[in-house]
Amino acid sequence: MIGRHKHCIALADYSRAEILEVLDLAVSMKEVLQRPIKKVPSLRGKSVVNLFFEASTRTRSSFEIAAKVLSADALNWTSSSSSVTKGETLIDTARNLEAMRPDVLVIRHSAGGAPQLVAEHVGCAVVSAGDGAHEHPSQGLLDCFTLREKLGTLEGKTVAIVGDISHSRVARSDIHAMTKLGARVRLCGPPTMIPAGVEALGATVHYGLREAIEGADAVVMLRIQHERIGDPLIPGTREYSKLWGLNAKKAAEWLRPECVILHPGPINRGVELSPEVADGPQSVILDQVQNGVAVRMAILYLLAGGNPAESGEAKA
Amino acid sequence: MAEVLFIEGGRVIDPASGTDGVRTVVVRDGKIAEVAERLERPRDARVFDARGKWVTPGFIDLHVHLREPGQEYKETVATGARAAVAGGFTAVCAMPNTKPVNDNASVTELVLARAAAAGLARVYPVGAISKGSNGEELAEFGELLAAGCVALSDDGRPVLSSALMRRALEYAKAFGLPLTVHEEDLQLVGKGVMHEGAASTRLGLKGIPGAAEDVMVLRDIALAELTGGRLHIAHVSSQGAVRAVRAAKARGLAVTAEVTPHHLALTDEDVAASGYSTDYKMNPPLRSAEDVRACREGLADGTIDAIATDHAPHSAVEKDVEFDAALNGITGLETAFPVCLSLVRAGALPERRLVEALTIGPARAFGLAGGALAGGAPADVAVLDPVAEWTVDPARMYSKSRNTPWKGSRLTGRCVMTIVGGRIVHEEGRTER
Repeated sequence: MIGRHKHCIALADYSRAEILEVLDLAVSMKEVLQRPIKKVPSLRGKSVVNLFFEASTRTRSSFEIAAKVLSADALNWTSSSSSVTKGETLIDTARNLEAMRPDVLVIRHSAGGAPQLVAEHVGCAVVSAGDGAHEHPSQGLLDCFTLREKLGTLEGKTVAIVGDISHSRVARSDIHAMTKLGARVRLCGPPTMIPAGVEALGATVHYGLREAIEGADAVVMLRIQHERIGDPLIPGTREYSKLWGLNAKKAAEWLRPECVILHPGPINRGVELSPEVADGPQSVILDQVQNGVAVRMAILYLLAGGNPAESGEAKA
Repeated sequence: MAEVLFIEGGRVIDPASGTDGVRTVVVRDGKIAEVAERLERPRDARVFDARGKWVTPGFIDLHVHLREPGQEYKETVATGARAAVAGGFTAVCAMPNTKPVNDNASVTELVLARAAAAGLARVYPVGAISKGSNGEELAEFGELLAAGCVALSDDGRPVLSSALMRRALEYAKAFGLPLTVHEEDLQLVGKGVMHEGAASTRLGLKGIPGAAEDVMVLRDIALAELTGGRLHIAHVSSQGAVRAVRAAKARGLAVTAEVTPHHLALTDEDVAASGYSTDYKMNPPLRSAEDVRACREGLADGTIDAIATDHAPHSAVEKDVEFDAALNGITGLETAFPVCLSLVRAGALPERRLVEALTIGPARAFGLAGGALAGGAPADVAVLDPVAEWTVDPARMYSKSRNTPWKGSRLTGRCVMTIVGGRIVHEEGRTER
């Protein structure tokens, strides 16, 4: 359990305390990752099934490593090898997997709400690894973890999220979690990529990159996902890069020197981020990847009901 | 059943005649014989004690999907007609998007034959505007009218071609048939699955702006003006559509409109509150609170002529899936009255206007018989208990399908008896469950 929650599906439903419970535990989990022998027995005898209906390398691998470091068994089930192509419904697939008695089902799906639908039909814990444009809770948590690590706190900090907010589940989870931790969130992108009524989530909207990132403590640059763009949202990547991309010159002129730059990956180098910025001193992109494993360990540990006695070391 | 039926002591609400008060309704030989305050009752008359009840003309629904032929696992003409009379509806207009589409006399005749065999609600088939509802060639309106169609529609999809719509409005004039149109610009809809707004943004579901409906309503009003054709806007849901219809009526155009109970009662925030329940997925989608307010105002001020359910039964196969993948639509016949009655209690709609929009309003919009308790007219009557509370249990409803957002809800208001052509076709507590 994470606070009141049996599942980790939407940070919109999580309280500040519940978010902090995960982040605090992730600090100990990260310590495990620094050891020469990266293995603790906390989830020995537990199993985690990764049910991925959408292509993913980093998130799936991250959950898989997190499970393995905690000594859980991890099984990967991807849509190409599943029965989906044979016309099996999502509920049937989930019920079949559940019959194999996993403790946690990690699901990624292109339809918003799919993890919730699964959760309503299975008895095990369900973790969303991203559903449509709804949420990507573990990413939101790892972004907050990274910011706490780099900035000390999110309280009173300003975070700019730049890019295709409309199609971004990362942006939504970031907004929910960061505002609950006391940050001010600015959203930036071309108007065609700003979803209707997004201000209701507690963020401000800016069309100009400069006004969004100037004075910010952190900037989250989102990937421009060509595969998700069904409408003619932008004329092309050339103008996008010129107006909303972050290069070394803009970073030097507009960003505070202490500002950190995040990206959920994979990066379109030269579109939203120039290589110098992606690899530069302000970039914390690779920290995010490592923190992702720690945060997912914490989520799996809490939801799979790890044995506190066996993880005493990790929790210390 | 006795020759003569006295429905006594009920509050008769008959907006067509302006009657609203305690009256006795006498049904003789299948017709309304008399509606009067005090009447001598012959010894052999059957008496129905309607004290505390409303006695109204049988409801008329301009928009239902009975799924037969082709999708009898969702509903049949008989089960749909049974659901209709259980909800107080004595006549329903069956949309043509069956399999095959009702674009020719043989389908129309099949629907009518099934309805006659069921012997419940009157079923008025609606024929297709275009062959196969493909939006390319006009269907044979003359044949459809002769076979018994009362209106024309490609419901389920819009008539995208402005040129075809223009010709359809013109051609239908020869037959006096109204065109009832499903208004959405499919390019603006894109892959949208719910109303575009703060709720869709939070849920991460693709949105459908109200403007997708507005632009088509405005186009068709312009075409109605050009052609002088009879235009009826199906399931109005956006504030822009309400404004457009109001303006068209003010200019004297022959435009009418309907609204569904769910577009009067629910908003896009209810989709969010339901946690992606596909019982909240329909087309047009549940819209914003402002749109709902506009629809209520439009209904109250007469801009919108009729309440129509858009009864759209689907099986679990189509609904127990991801929100994106679920088919659109919910059942409506058995919940329409209590859902709309809640608007009366909320002060959004006068009682008389509610009954009007379920009876004479729809009758006039399509030029149908009924909708009034006039002496000599066929006795189509609903007796309603406005205070009865009940819990919606889809397993106990007459529709074959269970896709209703009011599942488990406690509703107030229930039909207790329905009479079609003088025959009691539904009587609560007396008919099989």
